[in-house]
Amino acid sequence: MDIPYNVSARPDTGLYNAKLGIWLFLASEVMLFGGLFSAYIFLRMSSEPGYWPMGLLNVPVGTFNTFVLIASSVTVVLAWASLKMRRFTQYKVYMAITILCGLLFLGIKLFVEWPEKFHHFGVVVKKDAIAKYEPVLGNTILAELDKAPRYEISGYLLDAPKGSPYEHMAKEGAEHFRHKLHEKAGNGAAADAHHAEPIITTDDPADFVIQLDVANAESDTKEGVERASHAHFIPRPASLKTAVIKAEDVQSASPFVPRHSSYFSCYFLITGLHGLHVLAGVIVFIYFWLPIPGGANLYKTNPEHLANRVEVAGLFWHFVDLVWIFVFPIFYLL
Amino acid sequence: MASLAANHGHDVADDGHHHDHHELGFWQKYIFSTDHKVIGIQYGLTGLSFLFFGFMLMLVMRWQLAHPGEAVPVIGEMAARLHAFFALPQNAIPKEGFDGWFWLRALIGAFDTKGALAADGYNTYGAMHGTIMVFFGIVPVAFAAFGNYVVPLQIGAPDMCFPKINMASFWTFFISCVIMLFSFVIPGGAAKSGWTAYPPLSVIADMPAGGSLWWNGQTLWLIGMVFNITASLLGSVNFIATIIQLRAPGLTWMRLPFFTWAQFITAFLLLLAFPPLEAAGFMQLMDRVAGTSFFMPTGLMLVQNVEQTWTGGGHPLLWQHLFWFLAHPEVYVLILPALGMVAEIIANNTRKPLYGYKAMVIAIFVLAFLSFIVWAHHMFMTGMGTKVAAFFQVTTIMISVPSVILLTCLLLSLWGGAIRFTVPMLFAAAFLPMFGIGGLTGIPLAFNTTDLYLHDTYYIIAHFHYIVAPGTIFAIFAGVYYWFPKTTGRHMGHFLGHVHFWLSLIFINGVFFPMFLQGMAGVHRRWYDGGVTYDQLIGPVLHWNKFMSYSAFLLALAQLPFIFNFFWSMKKGRKTDDNPWEATTLEWDTPTPPPHGNFIKPIAVYRGPYEYSVPGAAKDFTPQSEPPVDQSQKPPGETAPLHPAIAPAH
Repeated sequence: MDIPYNVSARPDTGLYNAKLGIWLFLASEVMLFGGLFSAYIFLRMSSEPGYWPMGLLNVPVGTFNTFVLIASSVTVVLAWASLKMRRFTQYKVYMAITILCGLLFLGIKLFVEWPEKFHHFGVVVKKDAIAKYEPVLGNTILAELDKAPRYEISGYLLDAPKGSPYEHMAKEGAEHFRHKLHEKAGNGAAADAHHAEPIITTDDPADFVIQLDVANAESDTKEGVERASHAHFIPRPASLKTAVIKAEDVQSASPFVPRHSSYFSCYFLITGLHGLHVLAGVIVFIYFWLPIPGGANLYKTNPEHLANRVEVAGLFWHFVDLVWIFVFPIFYLL
Repeated sequence: MASLAANHGHDVADDGHHHDHHELGFWQKYIFSTDHKVIGIQYGLTGLSFLFFGFMLMLVMRWQLAHPGEAVPVIGEMAARLHAFFALPQNAIPKEGFDGWFWLRALIGAFDTKGALAADGYNTYGAMHGTIMVFFGIVPVAFAAFGNYVVPLQIGAPDMCFPKINMASFWTFFISCVIMLFSFVIPGGAAKSGWTAYPPLSVIADMPAGGSLWWNGQTLWLIGMVFNITASLLGSVNFIATIIQLRAPGLTWMRLPFFTWAQFITAFLLLLAFPPLEAAGFMQLMDRVAGTSFFMPTGLMLVQNVEQTWTGGGHPLLWQHLFWFLAHPEVYVLILPALGMVAEIIANNTRKPLYGYKAMVIAIFVLAFLSFIVWAHHMFMTGMGTKVAAFFQVTTIMISVPSVILLTCLLLSLWGGAIRFTVPMLFAAAFLPMFGIGGLTGIPLAFNTTDLYLHDTYYIIAHFHYIVAPGTIFAIFAGVYYWFPKTTGRHMGHFLGHVHFWLSLIFINGVFFPMFLQGMAGVHRRWYDGGVTYDQLIGPVLHWNKFMSYSAFLLALAQLPFIFNFFWSMKKGRKTDDNPWEATTLEWDTPTPPPHGNFIKPIAVYRGPYEYSVPGAAKDFTPQSEPPVDQSQKPPGETAPLHPAIAPAH
């Protein structure tokens, strides 16, 4: 049994079924991401000053990914236009570029950006203890500059309290740190680095030791604080300075995983869901690219149908792109 | 199954028409079918089973309210024996891991060693009663089942726009059903934080130290809801696209039957209101399994030693906003299909056009729009501030205007009609006052000041149950009795229908009316012992608990004639022709039951949906598909220039 208006448009609505269907689906998607973005706004508005982390994401990598995604949106339109002009070879090329762009985006997300976060560590200091950590927090200078105070000391974990789930992470961080120190001292061949004990230790096994981020490392001077306040446009490597945080001063400590803060909860949930959408789009595009029934083989029997399919998937792809256009500024820049 | 029984009877009419009819195997025809009618029946049977199951959960709770701490007859006594056998500690849902008997331990764990419903069990049953009735009972039946079966027929379409997506919708829904049912038998039992799943309670629920982050009631509830929401998304896209794209030639918008209008608007509500809850569901899932703090505030002290720790910084009110942003439009998802069915049945049985068809269509548009900006009236108790409260108070009062227009139009439709009191009409007629009581008692809840007093009392329970139980569920019964002949080719028994109706009407009021009295006296809706502990305060209304519970048990008995009638009539009911109710809309133009592809002749529409008792007409109904007698009139393509879809191709 044939459903009418599957390929050709119904004259009074001017739409074929799937085009209407995808627009309705996208309306629903707007509400889904709208809900998530409202949650972000709600949580950010209700967070206490100083507790909303900023400048923790890699802006150059994010910018690159933005261009990758925008480029793929252009090529998917070109792929559709090629089909409309019945230029099949050209379609295959443009579609292949679209797929590769999608995969590149996902690859950067999964193998560069997220792991970078998982290796980063932050300790939030209790309010009544921040005075003790003034040299790495720089709150007096921040107050003079009329900026929100800072409660978090972030960087790479070198030592964690006994029995904490982060001991393994601290061991890795310490090895890496020792390696860096050797490099700095011009002694690259540190053969025994692998089995090294953490080189920064404290007497108290309940303390955290952190190799500081530049933002924390330079908080003892006004220039340093000012530089750090727009550090997020140019991410700089971690410093070689370290800090010891007493167990009793710790409010919470965690790597930059979802549970770290409301900020990272939103970041991972929204970019994760967005990533799943990218993945879905890529899978559909691969289906349209491969010479299989319903995919590129449809060109032989009904090229208009294949063009429609690419158009509908392309609309979805533009939406996914549009979501990223919102994600990028609110998480990376603002 | 209904069409299964009746399909044989129709083979004769099925032959000889031009549809390419390749035979489908059993699995493709009845299980993994893309036919909207089969999917409608699948949704219907699943949904009706869940309605019954949800009702059973409530009966156990009602026993506890009438006889606090006494063993529940039969199942409680059985549980007590099994408790003795397994030697489980009293009043504790067992948390042990999985072995061969984990499911049985979880089931009997809802009861204490004496066989009474345990406190945790009471919470579980309450939470799951709400969830099941709303998301697994009424929406699947009123929207998905009737919508799937009737809408394509009413608009003259061969099927839904996207038949495969339609099938995917049902099977996604089916997965969510399996997950929800499975959550009853895992250690700790099903979700117990209410159907609203308010954090922080819902985030810490079912997460004792040593328990599983994934295999517990609340987590499975969230996963089940995500599947359920996805299913309704797939369904609603399909409904809207079908109604826009597949209307028969001549079926202009203002010729759509009101039921189709109601389904159209309902689909938009599901499409746009459900996703924010899906987003919230993901967040709560993250809070539970990844330890995020979307809903967990800073400095929350937990008395219980739970597995997770939260860094804080979240906000419990965020959940309430996202939840009610769905759940208020959801109320209209529950009621609009019911109004649609009742409108069809009233027009058909009064033999009159609907009074104010256009006003009703405009009213549901306004209703749908306003339903998106009233949600915070569920949250007056959160201390949101007078300005915000005033806004939501005003929009809530505004939404009563279209509701009253709808009810008034239906009421006026009765006026001057020669009413046929068929069984569907009895249910449809009873719907009006019941829905009226439910609606009018909502007005005190719209006002901040009165709501502060009535909030979370039995008054609320009575208010919304009057809308969904003797309201929507009566409309569902009306719909089942009304469209049963089209589905099976047989009528449902008249006498049993009467027995079912009158007993249900009496007992359902016996259940819900005293709740108004209790609620106004201040009885809280979540008391486990029905208020015995507080008898100093509520003593004078305490005795109603027994009255209501026994009414509920009798109401359950009153459903037996329906269940018997339903299955008996499939095989033995009085046979019927294609248009037994002498109705005007297109679904009665199909053979009975409709074959795959629905219509065996090209269908076109020449008139509005309710041309009953037209003066000068030969009979008291003129089907939409009947061409005008006056042959000089133009064919529909030219009478409706707005719709070139039906104009001849150039």
